[in-house]
Amino acid sequence: MALFATTDVMAQVLTRTIKKVPALQGFTVATLFFEDSTRTRLSFERAARAQSADVISFAAGGSSLKKGESLRDTLRTVDRLQVDLYVVRHPASGAPHQLARWTDAAIVNAGDGRRAHPTQALLDAYTLLKRIGAPGDAPFAGKRLTIVGDIDHSRVARSNVELFTLLGGEVTLCGPATLVPREFGDLPGVRLAYGLEEAVEGAHAVMALRLQQERMSAGLLPSLAEYVARYQLTERVMAGAAPGAVVMHPGPLVRDLELDSALADGPRSLIEEQVANGVPVRMAVLYTLLVGKR
Amino acid sequence: MTFKATLMAGPELERALKRIAHEIVERNKGAEGLAMVGVHTRGVPIAERLATLIEEFEGIRPHVGKLDITLYRDDLTEIALQPVVKKTEVDFDVHGTRMVLCDDVLYTGRTARAALDAIIDMGRPAVIQYAVMVDRGHRELPIRADYVGKNVPTSAAEVVQVKLVEVDGVDAVELWERA
Repeated sequence: MALFATTDVMAQVLTRTIKKVPALQGFTVATLFFEDSTRTRLSFERAARAQSADVISFAAGGSSLKKGESLRDTLRTVDRLQVDLYVVRHPASGAPHQLARWTDAAIVNAGDGRRAHPTQALLDAYTLLKRIGAPGDAPFAGKRLTIVGDIDHSRVARSNVELFTLLGGEVTLCGPATLVPREFGDLPGVRLAYGLEEAVEGAHAVMALRLQQERMSAGLLPSLAEYVARYQLTERVMAGAAPGAVVMHPGPLVRDLELDSALADGPRSLIEEQVANGVPVRMAVLYTLLVGKR
Repeated sequence: MTFKATLMAGPELERALKRIAHEIVERNKGAEGLAMVGVHTRGVPIAERLATLIEEFEGIRPHVGKLDITLYRDDLTEIALQPVVKKTEVDFDVHGTRMVLCDDVLYTGRTARAALDAIIDMGRPAVIQYAVMVDRGHRELPIRADYVGKNVPTSAAEVVQVKLVEVDGVDAVELWERA
């Protein structure tokens, strides 16, 4: 909760005429992205610059990794540039953890494989706190979050389950049986539902996940049309949710696939707030990790 | 830490605040356009009390703001513990105001420098003045206060604690010695 208090202060900095403070002056933040990203990388870079840190960007696509350099050697090279903190996205689960053993710099996981995307969960929780949270250390006690879609491939779902239940809430996971592994139902505070109406009933917040169409060829879904018919979030489906329930999506959003366009742009939608809150949340993360480090 | 002496008791502290409030009104030729901005933590009640006193004397309540300077400190990298960042609440337009920055103790001057940076990022006051309850010397920067409750020459091993009813339940200025 202390991190969210720091986030409030960072959000305030971003509303001022001069949206910059000198808190991280002299620190260097490097973004190491071995997978494509728009909002995560940009918002980390914005978060670092808003605190006057220097930023180095590294994208695997244009690097010596393509020539066969190992991950460890790449890190060693970048380490020589006096980096204090790495923001790492990698297609392999556990890669940021491995990198942390090879450097003294701090590592922030910006998404690894299908394992975790902790700052996305933090910004989702922060956004929800503002709408449905209660004061105290269990702000989501008695609140229900439903996550709909490709749970199996989603690091966002995994991190959100972990954080939302940690803060006292209950999570319902919903999607086609091929995309919702049964073992998720064994986690404390988590239940599974295969029908959308049943999953959304009584929910205070519903999050649609991006349908990872690149994996469709694996035969996990019969067709997109069937997915839309059975799992697309619409105002009609949301009618069964708790009064005032909100809709979220971690992006990138494919309109009228996971989420009805009218719903995405309507008053229930927190999608734009999620993106906007990404910067102050990441400012708070960078600040918390770097201050007092030297 | 070992307690050494009480330098100011409650009534003395209150009298010093009244004197400072009068000095502020006198130097600024009234209370028009004044803004009291307290530096967290104990500068905040000092700013509020000064604003209340000025309102009593002049019938105009100056703006009151709260300033947290954690994000502007130049010694953040030397702090071992995680500094708690508090909210800055300056809900008025600082442009053109006659601003009085309020704090409990003036020591090295680094807090004042950080506070000036933070204020200037919000706009351009017509003038910034500086009021402190205690000036204990040992400046590391060319900074001085315009209004001082009490000048207390100290050694570097000593610690000055300003206690205020709003925060500590009692008004007092105490001198302590580091163990």
